[in-house]
Amino acid sequence: METIVKHRIKQVIKGDQNAYGEIVEVYKDKVFQLCYRMLGNRHEAEDIAQEAFIRAYININSFNQNLKFSTWLYRIATNLCIDRIRKKKPDYFLDAEVPGTEGLTMYSQVPSETPLPEDEVESLELQDTIQKEISKLPDKYRSVIVLKYIEELSLNEISEILDLPLGTVKTRIHRGREALRQQLRHV
Amino acid sequence: MKCPEQLIDYMHEYLDDEITEEHEKILREHLQSCTDCQEYFRELNKAIALVQSTSHIHAPDDFTSKVMAGLPKEKKRTGVQRWFRSHPLLTAASLFLALMAGSILTTWNEDHQFSVSKQPNLIVENDTVIVPEGEVVKGDVVVRNGKVKIEGEVQGNVTVINGEKYMASAGNVTGEITEVNEVFEWIWYHIKKTVKNTANLFDHDEKEQSFQ
Ligand SMILES: [Zn+2]
Repeated sequence: METIVKHRIKQVIKGDQNAYGEIVEVYKDKVFQLCYRMLGNRHEAEDIAQEAFIRAYININSFNQNLKFSTWLYRIATNLCIDRIRKKKPDYFLDAEVPGTEGLTMYSQVPSETPLPEDEVESLELQDTIQKEISKLPDKYRSVIVLKYIEELSLNEISEILDLPLGTVKTRIHRGREALRQQLRHV
Repeated sequence: MKCPEQLIDYMHEYLDDEITEEHEKILREHLQSCTDCQEYFRELNKAIALVQSTSHIHAPDDFTSKVMAGLPKEKKRTGVQRWFRSHPLLTAASLFLALMAGSILTTWNEDHQFSVSKQPNLIVENDTVIVPEGEVVKGDVVVRNGKVKIEGEVQGNVTVINGEKYMASAGNVTGEITEVNEVFEWIWYHIKKTVKNTANLFDHDEKEQSFQ
């Protein structure tokens, strides 16, 4: 896969914009998922994931072709997510509790169009809970946890993506796991 | 919990697949006898399993087209140049067809009468052009809708369009002899001429633009 991608990158550098479409196809799901788990919101995730691909295209000349393209792309996406998290205004959250409806969130009050089977509802609720707990992690722990357990990357790759020493990555993963242990123990 | 603190470090080492045999042995032995640490280790594993259980989600269907639409437009010059470089003949052909085909085809249709390039020592008899024996005709000879008889020498190319050519044994043409008998060949002949001209045109263009 990396070989095809490298070939496409050379074409893009020569000015062939269409070759970039194939690169987007290869990585779109992974980048979108990374952004979604970082931001906890589909709309924002789409926004940032698209921005990441556009930035990668604009800066393609600064990409070191000896490295993995995915590493570089994930770095751009992760940095954009962290920027977005830090700039986020805390005045409105879809999952904020509505007064007088303890336990119910605005999210669960949004009517769904078709009723789902009970176990699917349960599974969706569990998914929401897990995502909410991931979203509660400070961004420096959130990024390593998402890269390790959702994107399933090695510690070395994570250290390259985040441009951090391996030791720092390990420490952050340990702290992230500790936080999640406490948050998810009663789920 | 009154357990040695390193045990939690060992748990993380284990989870990172980076535990030494020695540490693993200590951890295993401790877990067999300590329910608190068992519970702690179970919770860590549960948290990881839950995070990993989140279903894999996909980008929206129109994701790629949106990205492509958001890319900065290619610089026009680069686009045209690249296209030209990879398809020189097609470029010339389309330029030719777009700009010149109309007028040339009109000429083709209207101009079915005999015509010949003007050189003083050419002899014209009805629709036959003669390069007389012993004469040297300088420059290209073009005959349209007629015949050409070459008995002398032509210092240049001979082009016969929709006509015939007779070459006497004494006849001599220093350049190329081209016979064009079909309208498409006629167009093709012009395209090849256009290729040379556009190539020059583009080279010239590029040099000029690089100063901008
Ligand atoms: Zn213990």
